[in-house]
Amino acid sequence: MNLPEPVIVVDHLTRRFGDFVAVNAITFEVQPGEIIGYLGPNGSGKTTTFRMLLGLLTPSEGNASVLGYDVYRQAEQVRARVGYMSQKFAIYDDLTVWENLQFYGGVYGITDKARIEETAALVGLADQRTVLTRDLSVGWRQRLALGIALVHNPRLLFLDEPTSGVDPTARRAFWDLIYGLAETGVTILVTTHYMDEAEYCHRVAMMRDGNLLALDTPLALKDLFIPGKVWELYAEPLLNGLHALADLPGVIRSSLSGDHLRVIAESRLSENELKNALEQANVVLTSIQLGEPTLEDVFLNLARN
Amino acid sequence: MNSDDILVRASGLRKSFGDVHAVNGVDLNIAAGEIYGLVGSDGAGKTTTMRLLVGALLPTNGEASICGYSVKNQVEQARAQIGYLSQRFSLYEDLTVLENIRFFAEMRGLKPDEWHPRSLEILEFVGLAKFQHRRAGQLSGGMKQKLGLASALVTRPRVLLLDEPTTGVDPVTRQDFWQLIIQLVSAKDSGVSVIISTPYMDEAARCHRIGFMQKGEIIVEGTPGQLRNMLNQRILELRGSPLPLLKNISAQNAGVEDVRSFGDRLHLRVKDGQSESVIKELEQTIPAGGGNFLGARPIASTLEDVFIYLSEREHEPA
Repeated sequence: MNLPEPVIVVDHLTRRFGDFVAVNAITFEVQPGEIIGYLGPNGSGKTTTFRMLLGLLTPSEGNASVLGYDVYRQAEQVRARVGYMSQKFAIYDDLTVWENLQFYGGVYGITDKARIEETAALVGLADQRTVLTRDLSVGWRQRLALGIALVHNPRLLFLDEPTSGVDPTARRAFWDLIYGLAETGVTILVTTHYMDEAEYCHRVAMMRDGNLLALDTPLALKDLFIPGKVWELYAEPLLNGLHALADLPGVIRSSLSGDHLRVIAESRLSENELKNALEQANVVLTSIQLGEPTLEDVFLNLARN
Repeated sequence: MNSDDILVRASGLRKSFGDVHAVNGVDLNIAAGEIYGLVGSDGAGKTTTMRLLVGALLPTNGEASICGYSVKNQVEQARAQIGYLSQRFSLYEDLTVLENIRFFAEMRGLKPDEWHPRSLEILEFVGLAKFQHRRAGQLSGGMKQKLGLASALVTRPRVLLLDEPTTGVDPVTRQDFWQLIIQLVSAKDSGVSVIISTPYMDEAARCHRIGFMQKGEIIVEGTPGQLRNMLNQRILELRGSPLPLLKNISAQNAGVEDVRSFGDRLHLRVKDGQSESVIKELEQTIPAGGGNFLGARPIASTLEDVFIYLSEREHEPA
């Protein structure tokens, strides 16, 4: 059986700015049709990594190839074959949906009207071709931005916070599009600040301080990085409960979640020990149950330790 | 939470722009110590509702009051009780953190001997005290957000209105932001209400109560738990392969209302009471269709499931 060629191969990729190591010898591979979430606090090296993979920034050391092309020596070929969607991209408000697609198509050398129509249809904007971009709602603007990234039929897409500020229905419609693309073999790298969204990805990469801490399925990341149990406690007074538990040995993190507390504690800590700690602080416990770890927990653990 | 102390009231609140009924009969009763989440699609009326409460717009009909002051004819007193932070808040990049807060404090009427201690207290609260002499333009995105919050809090408002304050903000800052908000309302005798509009369901889940807006009306209101209960036992997780085939087969099942991809599995929304029968049927129809059935089980519904369900429902105006 022929194994598919990886779409992205990164080998000890490094980038320095003077003495500062922005990306520190990261190594990973991405297979065709994978949706990879790329997460990390600001300053973790995500953007620098992307810029190198897009052929926009020269690596200091190491190698990377994208779609079979070396990102350093064949940057032009990489850029011509990769789609990039970012909120910081100028979508011209004074142009119609069609005109924007046509303009950006032209930038990639696509003048074929059929292709522009196909792209508009793909992102669901076929009926809105003549709408002025400034009249589109946030959700539809995102779709146009995606269309612009797709007009030259890239096999690899980079999406930079694609659904920021978009409501769940529009976000879900957007992700249906993404899944559809992945099913046709398009590979997708997406960064997001919205942890629920990271759960939609096949695998998630976590970066911090220039290092790639992990690249695995959401489930595996939770197993790996949440070294204990998650407890949800309803207690009064809430703030006293928060502090009492934060000080308890064995508690990894204690935080407020609306009207209850969310505590991550080492497995050895029993329910009774938590109850006792609250009692000693004169905090009344109304209910306690085990909760599910989330990628947000993973992220916060990594970001703060 | 002292439910005798209702700080935000609205009754039959309406705002029309010509034929567009942006807010079409909204009722609100928000108590001190409550975090109320306003959710809904773009264009549902969340921002307009906030602007009515802040007194930036006059209602076409209906009433609203903040701490007992009507937004129609006591708007100055009402505004004095409010701290407002919107997505589009602006800071003076060339002024320091402290100078920015001073500007907002003095503009809101704080006297010369009041603004300084008050500002330091607030900066301490949001974690920016160390950066008070840094120019706002040199702050990270997250710190700017916290400065925005500090500016909204410097007058000790009793009502805090936050219009999508964490869009585009990184998770660490978002978590910090929420810890601050929750601390604010949980402090004994704090007497503060918060109304926050957000497109993020994980944030909505942290509110005490949520109002779901559609076409200018609040069509459902309740605690996150009550809202999730609307779909109790109606969300199934389906595992197997290949996913596109399973998606098709599930969608054709009469008991299935909605199918969506979720990483390496599918989530199905089924009709009330049909969880078990759908699972049994899929156990047959998936292999019969050439697919591999690994397992199906009911899972806890999320606010996102509820949001999508409510958005798809035909809404009949009252």
